[in-house]
Amino acid sequence: MLKDEDRIFLNLYNDSGADLESAKLRNDWSGTKDILEKGREWIINEVKSSELRGRGGAGFPTGLKWSFAPKEVGSRPHYLVINADESEPGTCKDRDILRFEPHKLIEGCLIASYAVNAHKCYIYIRGEYFNEGQKLQTAIDEAYKNNLIGENALNSGWDLDIYIHYGAGAYICGEETALLESLEGKKGQPRLKPPFPALIGLYGCPTIINNVETVAAVPTILKRGAKWFSSLGRPKNTGTKIYCISGNVNNPCNVEEEMGIPLKELIETHAGGVVGGWDNLKAVIPGGSSMPMLPKEICDNIKMDFDACVENKTGLGTAGIVVINNDQDIIKCMARIARFYKHESCGQCTPCREGSGWMWRMLERMAAGEATPDEVDMLFDVTKQIEGHTICAFGEGSSWPVQGLIRHFKNEILERNKFDPFVKKQKNIPYLVDQHLLEKENA
Amino acid sequence: MTIKKIHKDQPETFEFNEKSMEAANKIVSNYPDGRQQSAVMALLYIAQRQHDNWIPLKAMKYIAKFLDMPYIKVYEVATFYSMYNLSPVGKYFFQVCTTTPCMLRGAYDLVKVCKKKISEKENELSKDGKISWMEVECLGACVNAPMMQVNEDYYEDLNDKKLEEIIDTIYQNKIPKPGSYTGRVNAEPVDNRKTLLGNKNA
Repeated sequence: MLKDEDRIFLNLYNDSGADLESAKLRNDWSGTKDILEKGREWIINEVKSSELRGRGGAGFPTGLKWSFAPKEVGSRPHYLVINADESEPGTCKDRDILRFEPHKLIEGCLIASYAVNAHKCYIYIRGEYFNEGQKLQTAIDEAYKNNLIGENALNSGWDLDIYIHYGAGAYICGEETALLESLEGKKGQPRLKPPFPALIGLYGCPTIINNVETVAAVPTILKRGAKWFSSLGRPKNTGTKIYCISGNVNNPCNVEEEMGIPLKELIETHAGGVVGGWDNLKAVIPGGSSMPMLPKEICDNIKMDFDACVENKTGLGTAGIVVINNDQDIIKCMARIARFYKHESCGQCTPCREGSGWMWRMLERMAAGEATPDEVDMLFDVTKQIEGHTICAFGEGSSWPVQGLIRHFKNEILERNKFDPFVKKQKNIPYLVDQHLLEKENA
Repeated sequence: MTIKKIHKDQPETFEFNEKSMEAANKIVSNYPDGRQQSAVMALLYIAQRQHDNWIPLKAMKYIAKFLDMPYIKVYEVATFYSMYNLSPVGKYFFQVCTTTPCMLRGAYDLVKVCKKKISEKENELSKDGKISWMEVECLGACVNAPMMQVNEDYYEDLNDKKLEEIIDTIYQNKIPKPGSYTGRVNAEPVDNRKTLLGNKNA
């Protein structure tokens, strides 16, 4: 278990209050000016050598992303955008940072905006987190009042304005280019990449987009040194991460742990174990609903970091761990996730808009045992036709969980779905146009 | 599904009142000159708050003029995002999360209670016209599942009995306390906390 002194988010459970004074006791805003004075190059190199990877799901190296911003500000201003549109089922870490550690985030915004030459920072919060946004706004006001941000922030000569922008309940706006569209006051439909936002982003200007947890971790990394951060975890998967453990566990919770902690240890130590004991475990979704699930055999040994998850054909994603035990109907669980994706598809690309509905309807029938055995392969084929054929990663996000189900629980689906339209007992099949061919005299 | 049906009875006019106007002007100033269109989402919220929690077509037209943008663009935004109500909802608008993490912990029991105590169908007003409910997708509090949102507040760690109590409290014209209903603090593991104990006891 990670030692308490190595934790970044000391107020994760709000033991001491989120206001500026309590935050300062937790070492926020100490030596921030010195960090800025060390210069852009130093900050970016330090973040690079800490090997911090983005915490929003894709795990892109943060230092590298920052270095993509043009070195000199040209005719167009630079922007920093913080992605707090946390909507991935199973994930609720950013909410606690917004509520309880807002000053870590604001301090991170100042450092990040300095590093990428931005004077304006927009924090895009999902609309449902209205109260969390108000708490963040209080912290921003406090920071303005104490000259921590604003004109000549901390007397460092750097100006920074931070604004909150509320979303309105669209999951897709967590995708970075959809988020930019939404910030510009349009429908949240993703843009084609390239051009990447680092060069052409918000209002056509260079824009760096980071997740809340990533930016909030930066001040601590710079204060304690990249060496400290990279000494946790293993190379390329360094540092700590907030894991959200939900579903069929005894004590669902958010907890900050070292990268690469074994999944079993994480669940048994912090979440009080699976309901009904470890042997009652059916499957785990390791990184938010978009990531393929893992059956118990893999859960026994897997370590929770980016590369170990990829080796097991899944991903760490946002580290929203959803535990499913044997009391649940796994096909139904996945059908519900498919319904989520059908509801949230933005409708821009046809494979995703239509395919997400197909997957949902097929899975609902499979959950009810009304599908034919061939349809399992057909469903897999549908997922393959969505994946990689869309503008954004939503196509992958919606088809991977279904692929995960088929990969690990195909036998269970086949066992339940033995319906054969060509056997003698006749049944109306609503989706079959050529129903008359099934009738005896025509057969 | 969200309420994307345009309401039949539309008001004749819509204008921001003084408070909304002040808020709207402040929001517009957050964005660079000439980029006032960015404020459309916030302005729709302001209109919704001013107008009994739903947005009439006149408000969209008004906002389009206010931001100097085509009406159809405002209409697009209002119909794309799920949090804008285009028909009236109850004064207490229950949004029950039923996505998988909540479903695993019994969200459909909550739906049953809503059907029994509020209205048989989603988006229908209760008998006294105060409450309406609907199923929504993940609200981002999965660790505190099952949960629901009433207007702006989250009610967490619920079960069917506790939801019945909440509904009864509202019927008695009182506002129930938001937050966790098992008495736990935020997202910490109940009775099993092993981290940051120094802070807890400090």
